[in-house]
Amino acid sequence: MSFDVGRVRKDFPILDRTVRGGRPLVYLDSANTSQKPRQVIDTLSDFYERHNANIHRATHELGEEATAAYEGARITAARFIGTSDETEVVFTKNISEAINLVAYSLGNAAGRLAVGPGDEIVITEMEHHSNIVPWQLLCQRTGATLRWFNVTQDGRLDLSRADELINEHTKIVALAHQSNVLGTINPVVSIASRAHAAGALVLVDAAQSVPHGLMDVSSLGADFVGFTGHKMCGPTGIGVLWARRELLEEMPPFLGGGEMIETVFMDRSTYAPPPHKFEAGTMPIAQAVGLGAAVDYLSDLDLAAVRAHEHKLVQRALHALAEIDGLRILGPAEPVDRGSAISFTLDGVHPHDVSQVLDDCGVAVRAGHHCAWPLHRALGVQSSTRASFYLYNTPDEVDALADGIRTAQKFFGVT
Amino acid sequence: MQLESMYQEIILDHYRHPHHKGLREPFDAEVHHVNPTCGDEVTLRVMLKDAGNEPEIADVSYDALGCSISQASVSVLTDLVIGKPVSEAMDIEAEFLRLMRSAAEPDEDVLGDAVVFAGVAKYPARIKCALLGWMAWKDATSQAIAWRGDFGGSSPLAREQR
Repeated sequence: MSFDVGRVRKDFPILDRTVRGGRPLVYLDSANTSQKPRQVIDTLSDFYERHNANIHRATHELGEEATAAYEGARITAARFIGTSDETEVVFTKNISEAINLVAYSLGNAAGRLAVGPGDEIVITEMEHHSNIVPWQLLCQRTGATLRWFNVTQDGRLDLSRADELINEHTKIVALAHQSNVLGTINPVVSIASRAHAAGALVLVDAAQSVPHGLMDVSSLGADFVGFTGHKMCGPTGIGVLWARRELLEEMPPFLGGGEMIETVFMDRSTYAPPPHKFEAGTMPIAQAVGLGAAVDYLSDLDLAAVRAHEHKLVQRALHALAEIDGLRILGPAEPVDRGSAISFTLDGVHPHDVSQVLDDCGVAVRAGHHCAWPLHRALGVQSSTRASFYLYNTPDEVDALADGIRTAQKFFGVT
Repeated sequence: MQLESMYQEIILDHYRHPHHKGLREPFDAEVHHVNPTCGDEVTLRVMLKDAGNEPEIADVSYDALGCSISQASVSVLTDLVIGKPVSEAMDIEAEFLRLMRSAAEPDEDVLGDAVVFAGVAKYPARIKCALLGWMAWKDATSQAIAWRGDFGGSSPLAREQR
């Protein structure tokens, strides 16, 4: 199989539209949220038009169909990330909820999973706020201590203190598989093996890696992996927490409500086995089915060829941006262990103003701290502009980005 | 290009050459406001002085990090409110807020140069940029007035600075 970007673009209706008075849309904000192919949009419509019912509790034919579609999506997602046991896949509303689920549950756990004073949680400076704040809250509730891996000025994790940071007090190490700002791909396998040797659990924020088909939980070495549907061609409102089965069995529930129980009495309840123990109330059913369709869409492509295509875009962009005076790329300057998000600063033009000019050229990017404020502080910048590439982007769009940045420089009179 | 509707020449002028910039003493109140979506921040001080029936804005000084819109906006604000009675300055703020929230036809008599921000109101993502300095000023001024209402005269902070 090979990869034809022109054919893929035809699957994404939104790429045909124009913006800002007739300019073709150049969508370089997929790390924020990806666009959706026709196949996913049609699946959502078809579900609501033909199969809509609540799951697991309706005894009619529609209920059976909806349940089969929902549970089928769980199996599809499980296979995509390399597990044969779909009961290890918990649906959540997004990855933020997935991480909060783990942090909250561990805060209520007893025995070996319990977190308390003297325990340490280790995260990194390059985390998204979603992988920072839940741990701060856990530390506040339990008296545990939050510790941090620093980042180097070239945007890699500083592993020189790893042996000191990960020690016998460490309960959990939580880190990004791929940075949403820098694109850096972290050495999760070696960090996980160090953490396990110290008796700690490992949670991986895979929001930016799973969309590119970069996930095999059987070889990653993590205990928890979270990702979100809307960054991988799926709908918003659906995410996944994968965890080892024995952990899900041992962990206390997160949200209480319908469907997560086994029995309910006035003085106590018992809980359903995982994954349903963690899926309280009516779930985002259509969105889960839509996520299944997104996974099917990605799986039907040659993902190695997709990644090669994205790699060429990143290479082209790194090269084109490096030629612009006053532009500083945050993170690895070479396309090695590096995903497809490129953040940068531009001397004399604030990121908001850069992105406004780009928007006027039809180029959609993100400006700000990208929910990674500690990382920006560590790199000594207040905010940045981020372009991120996905399977439907083209070399011409990379050039449009570089042209737009030069337009911004001209507009603000810095060249 | 539609950019010029937002980036009016007056805005770019204020951005390149901001008025009343820098933190000065004495002051009655100081606040620090942040735009959480982008991290832009402003530290802003207000000094009041007694003038007839009500206090007047004696000085507004600030230090700010941010985009052209937020920088220009706070610069225009200082031109408009310094030397005005507090109630008149508050009316200007209310009119600016109305312009940003409803993109209503601005009252040029009240807003002066600030009418050029009408173009910004058409870009919802940038309204917070334009309002950052104004919200900080309103907060600082309210704190300064509250102090005077409770104790009379300028704050001990301001007296000490003198």
